[in-house]
Order: sequence, then structure tokens, then C-alpha cells
Amino acid sequence: MSEEEKKEENVRVGIFVCHCGSNIGGLIDCHKLAEESKELPFVAHAEDNLYTCSETGLAAIKKAIEEHNLNRVVVASCTPRTHEPLFRECISEAGLNPYLFNFVNIRDQCTWVHMKHAQEAYDKAKDLIKMGAAKAVKLEPLEMIMVNITPAAMVIGGGVAGMSAALSLSRQGFKTYLVEKEDKLGGRLNSLYKLFPYDIDASEFIGNIISNVQNAKNLEILTSSQVINIEGFVGNFEVEVEHNGTINTFEIGAIIVAVGSSILDPTGLFGYDGNKRITQFELESKLKNNKINQKDIIMIQCVGSRIEERPYCSSVCCMTALKNALNIKDQNPEAHITILFRDLYTPGTEYEEYYRKAREQGVLFVKYDPEKMPVIEETQVKVFNEYINTEMTIPYDLLVLSTPLVANDDNKELAQMLKVPLEANKFFLEAHVKLRPNDFATDGVYIGGSAKWPVDITESISQGYAAASRASTILSHDTIEVEGATSCLPEYNKSLCTGCEVCVKVCPFNAIIKNEDDEIEIIEALCKGCGVCAATCTNQALVIRHFTDDQIMSEIFAYGGE
Amino acid sequence: MSFEPKLLGFLCNWCSYAGADLAGVSRIQYPPNMRVIRVMCSGRVDPKFLIQALELGIDGVYVMGCHIGDCHYLEGNYEALRKFDMTKKLLSFVGLDNRIRLDWVSASEGVRFGEVVSKFVEDIRALGPSPLSRDNPDQELLKKVKAINMAAGTKRLRALVGRQRKITEEENVYGEKVPEEEFNELLDTALKEEYDRQRILLALARDSKSVKDLAVELSLEPSLVLEHMLTLKGRSQVDFQEIIGNTPLFMRI
Ligand code: FES
Repeated sequence: MSEEEKKEENVRVGIFVCHCGSNIGGLIDCHKLAEESKELPFVAHAEDNLYTCSETGLAAIKKAIEEHNLNRVVVASCTPRTHEPLFRECISEAGLNPYLFNFVNIRDQCTWVHMKHAQEAYDKAKDLIKMGAAKAVKLEPLEMIMVNITPAAMVIGGGVAGMSAALSLSRQGFKTYLVEKEDKLGGRLNSLYKLFPYDIDASEFIGNIISNVQNAKNLEILTSSQVINIEGFVGNFEVEVEHNGTINTFEIGAIIVAVGSSILDPTGLFGYDGNKRITQFELESKLKNNKINQKDIIMIQCVGSRIEERPYCSSVCCMTALKNALNIKDQNPEAHITILFRDLYTPGTEYEEYYRKAREQGVLFVKYDPEKMPVIEETQVKVFNEYINTEMTIPYDLLVLSTPLVANDDNKELAQMLKVPLEANKFFLEAHVKLRPNDFATDGVYIGGSAKWPVDITESISQGYAAASRASTILSHDTIEVEGATSCLPEYNKSLCTGCEVCVKVCPFNAIIKNEDDEIEIIEALCKGCGVCAATCTNQALVIRHFTDDQIMSEIFAYGGE
Repeated sequence: MSFEPKLLGFLCNWCSYAGADLAGVSRIQYPPNMRVIRVMCSGRVDPKFLIQALELGIDGVYVMGCHIGDCHYLEGNYEALRKFDMTKKLLSFVGLDNRIRLDWVSASEGVRFGEVVSKFVEDIRALGPSPLSRDNPDQELLKKVKAINMAAGTKRLRALVGRQRKITEEENVYGEKVPEEEFNELLDTALKEEYDRQRILLALARDSKSVKDLAVELSLEPSLVLEHMLTLKGRSQVDFQEIIGNTPLFMRI
């Protein structure tokens, strides 16, 4: 659209600057920012709000749209990655096309990262608003694209999280496939002894869930099976699963990742030998077979976790150690148990009780300093006790290492198939830790359990249910609207297209074809709007809606000056 | 007061923009010199965006995308890399190539985002203000950068770069693959030729000129200019205007 056409359309931009409490307003003057934005071209209204995303803020936007006849809205606040949907919905409730909204990030990428440079942060926010408003002027209304939903789910991983998710979905009436790479369901729980809290027998517990899964309607179990390829998009995934050399393809509407985690290989840590010096995990199977007759037992916490290479807390090891210490005492009341720990983590109403009980039963707790690691000798451990400031020598005939859960080796391949990210420790990374804890940024793909970070059984089950519930928000619809910001070859650019077909080759989703009329055509449901084709188009004929050359150039010019 | 670089960054939505947000959530502090334009994928970044920004006197431009193999759209960042390399080569004709940078920053690399931005600010500060910066742009250089901008829009260069991965990574119908070095030679020649041709077109913007005049004005070999004129004539971008004495004058169409 040219300047002339803009005037004709009578573009009226409204700008809303959010204080975000003191997150933005505490550093820079939001009122002044709003006042100054009134000077920008086509801006008809500007105001600042304490929280633009609150009920009051949203009402203010709607009111201003009406009062000032706004047809473009810019919000300068946190980040579009979390709040764009909210504001789009708000303006569409006020009768505007949701794409006539533009987001300016002045918190996450401005006040939060320039806390000691108030003036510079102000200048930056001002530039960003200017750029955002310039783009807003060029925005055009777009239609969402309707796609059909296949009412079937696939849950990847047959551990306790995956089974909980699959049960929940199948009970809601959705055809559900549960894919497990091992030959039986149950995951880690198959080799545990007793579960905290309440010392429930693990085999019995998991046995019940497995039989529920096996008897569930609508639920197909695919054991010894592996996902090898995933194509498509929300509501319309095609998943290839390999089983004993044969490959089957499934049509799936939503996918849940519940692949769990692995156990750290303890080789080389604290003299591990799998015999006299074992992991908690190995201890569980010994307990299962009633084979603990050792007298002097030492457990060491945080073995291979909370260190530089693996900085995270594995979250289940404290409780595992307490639980196992009590279980040993049960089988062998004579045992002396010492737990060497860095910090003890027993949150909530149930878990602290384990610590109290352990103390009552004479389990000894010794805090060690990671700077002065315990030294493991053949039959004794030397440890510097922080509380009494002396080195202690403790004899042992069984040493148990509390090693962390780690990300699976094959997470990377699955992440690539799903186009979802992993975090620094190679666990799966959710869309947002607080706002969307069981979603991925990719629509139609959800996550639950230890695939995200180590969690205990209770939490795995909750997350399995959570992921299932998130998936059902998609599956319960016949159709869904997807992103309208796709590539297109507009009528007015058709003459520019030379038919060179470079775009056809460069599109990662095969969304561009040459049709029977020998014209370039974009299949919009397949297009994901990445924009590679437009950046490539040899005669600059293709347009990426919502990120057009014109729109991006207007941002560049707004910043660089005409 | 030391010079504060004016920087622009193009961040892909899925990784680098998320990484920049994470830097915020973690309160990582970095210098406030860079303004960000969000794009869905680094592959969206047209060479013209970078050149235009430099032409406007912006001191440095950063492109950031997901790590190779992690692009949300599978291969967008491979394309970004090719386009970026081409842009860098074009800008090297005028010594502005060290003012653009490409990096991969993932959604979990908040700390790293802060680090790479700080480093970029430092490096551009060391380079000093762009010779095209607002107060006093170098007019001669500006013309050359305009020519580069136009060259980046030519069908020939765009088609070459757009096909680069197919040409060098996959076999053609005759079962042959063009080796990377061979392709690069081809590309280098094309870049230089298109750059010179755009300079000629710019020089002809106002008046008609002879080959000899153009050769002097642009410091090019007359024979080379003549070759270019013939190509440009073939593309119907220039034509003879008149012949004065024995010398033909060319004009832009
Ligand atoms: S989405 Fe980040 S580079 Fe493509």
C-alpha cells in the first residue's frame, strides 16, 4: 500500500505502552513514551497502562478503538511469544482483524536487560515503538486458514507419564496410539522397589496402570516400536512408526512427548563398580530381591549433578535416598546408614515426614562441601563434616551413589522430527515455563513427565494428564484455524513472476507448485510462513503476509531514518 | 565520549528471539545498542534488508537464527547462510563486510545472546562509525552501496544463490554435482559483474555517457565497460542515444 492509499484508507494507529507494574515503568517513563509516540505518523491515540494485559488494560484498548476509531493497534510491553494471542483476541473482540496488531518488546529485550542504563533503555524503547508503529501502518487484515482435525492422538513413551496421558485421552473418546520402544510398558517403574509417598509397591502400582491401559477402549499399544518420521502440522500429522522392520503410517491430530529420561552412567564416579559401590537404581533391585544384608551403608547425594557439566538438580534423588534408607532399615534394622548430602530437598506436606522418620530411626546425615569432595577408599569414606568442621572417617560395606536422571540420547532426533527445541541439558524445552508448561511452541505437540526435566511419579502422572488435556483442546474440534501469515503471489505481482521455479525448490514444505496453468501456486495449508521463498524469489514477486518486504523495510527506515 | 554504535538485529522467532527473551527473564545485562526486527525465520532475511540498513548509515547489522539442524522450518538457516555469504561478498567490494554478522543462538542460550551482542557492540565500536552514518555520509561510497543494493535485487544473483544448495549439494539430471569451489568462482564472477553493471546504470541515471567517460568515472577498463554495455543493452536496460563524432553515447531506459 502506498502512502496515498494509506491516507485514503485513513489509517489510525493506537499505541499502548505498558508499565508492567514496575518491570518497565520502574526504569523508564512510560507516560512520556506514550506522549511522544503521538507524534509518529498515522498515530491517532497513545496511552500508558499499568498492566495492558489486565482486564482494565484490555478494556482501555477496546474503548480507545471505539472512541478514536483506531484500525491498527500497537502494544509495547513484554513479548509477542507469550502475549500476542491475548491482544489479537482483544482487538478482534473490538471488531478489528486480529492481524492489525503489532507487538513491541520493551521489557524482555529492553528494561530487563539494560537495568543500569535508564536513558539508553528509554531511547531504545522509543526507537522500537517507532519501528513497531511504522510496521503497524503497513499491516493488512488477514484471514486465518481452516484445517480439519484428525481426532486421534499419539503418545510417544509408555512410562507412567505416557500411560496416564494415553488413558486420559482414550477415555475422552479419542483414538489413541501409545508408542513404546521397549517390549513392555511401564518404563522406569518396572525396576523400582517401593514408591514414595506411602511406600506403595512399584510392581503392583505399575501393574494396575498397565492393565488399565491394556483394557482401555480406543487405545492401541505399539510396543517395540519407534517413531521414525513425522510430517504435517497441527491436526494433520503423519507419523511413521517402525516395528520389527515394518513401517506403518498413522494419521494423527496431536502428539504427546512422554519419553522420560535416562540414568547417568556412573562409571568413574566415586569408585563405582556395580558391586560394592552401586547406584540408588541398582539398590532398588537389590531391595526388591531382599538382598541387603550389609551393615555399614553410606549414600552420597548429588553424584554427577549440580556440577558445572550438569548444573541442574535431579529433584528425585533426595527422596529416593530417604525412602531407600527407610526400606533398608525395614529389611535390616541393624544397618548403620549415613547420608552424605549437599542440601536436602523434601518439599510439600508428605515428603518432610520421610526425613523426620529417617532421623528417628538413626540415619545419620552429614553435610559435605562440594569444594572438599568425600574421598572413597576401599572400606571407608573420608568426608569433611561442615557442621563440626572436622574430617570424619566412616566405614562402609555398601556405598550407594545418588546419580541424576539425564536426558535420553535420542532426544535430539525426536526433537528434529517434531521441530521442537531442547534445552542446554538436552531435555525437551516447553513453550514457556510458567504460561505454557506442557505445550511446545509448535502447535499440536505437547509434553509431560521427565522428558522435560526430572520429576517423580506423582508429578509425572499430573503432567501426563495435563498434556492430555492440552491435546484434547485440539482434538475436540472438527476444524481449527491456523496461521494466516503465509506466502502468496498476489494478483498485482503475477506479472513479475518469471516462472523460474527457484521458490518451488527452496520451500522446505513443498507448499509451492507450478499448477496446470503453468502458474506458481502456494498451497496455503502447507505453508508455514517461514519466508525463505520471498527472500529467494528472483524477481521479488512473492509476498510473505505479515512480514512483507514493505513492512520490514518500513521498520528499517523508521530506525535508520529516511 | 566514546562512539556508541547504532546496531540492528534480525532475529528468528523460534530460537534467537526466544533466546533474547530468555536473556531478559534471566536479567542478563548487555549494551543497549541494538534494535531488533523479529522475523519468523533467519531464512526470511533478504540480502537487501542488510544492505539497505547499511545504506542508511546503521553501523552494524546482526542476523541470528537457530543452530544448523534446529531451524523450526527445517532448512531456513541453511538458506540464510547462503544469502548472508553472498551479501558479505558484495559488501567486501566496498569494505563494509565486517559490519554484518551471522550467528546461531538457540532459545536456551540467553547468556550467550548477551555475550554475542556485547561482542558485536565492542567490535563495531572498534571499527568506528560507519562511513555512511547520518551526519556526514561518504557520497562516493553511498553510490557504490546503492549499486550493491541493486545488484542484490538482480534476477541473476538471486537465482544463483537460490539454486546454490541444489547445484552444489544435489546431482543434476546428468548425475553431476558442481563442486563448491567451482560454484564459488562462478558466483564471484557474477557478483563482480552485476555490481559493475549496477554502477554503470547508476552513473547513467541522469545523463547519457560514453564508454570512455564511464570507464574514467568508475575506474574500470573501457573494454570491460563496453562488454557490460552490450549485456545491459541485451537486457534492454540501456540503449544508444546518439553518436557524437565517433563516440556513441549510452542512456538508461
Ligand atoms: S526458524 Fe530460526 S532459523 Fe529458521
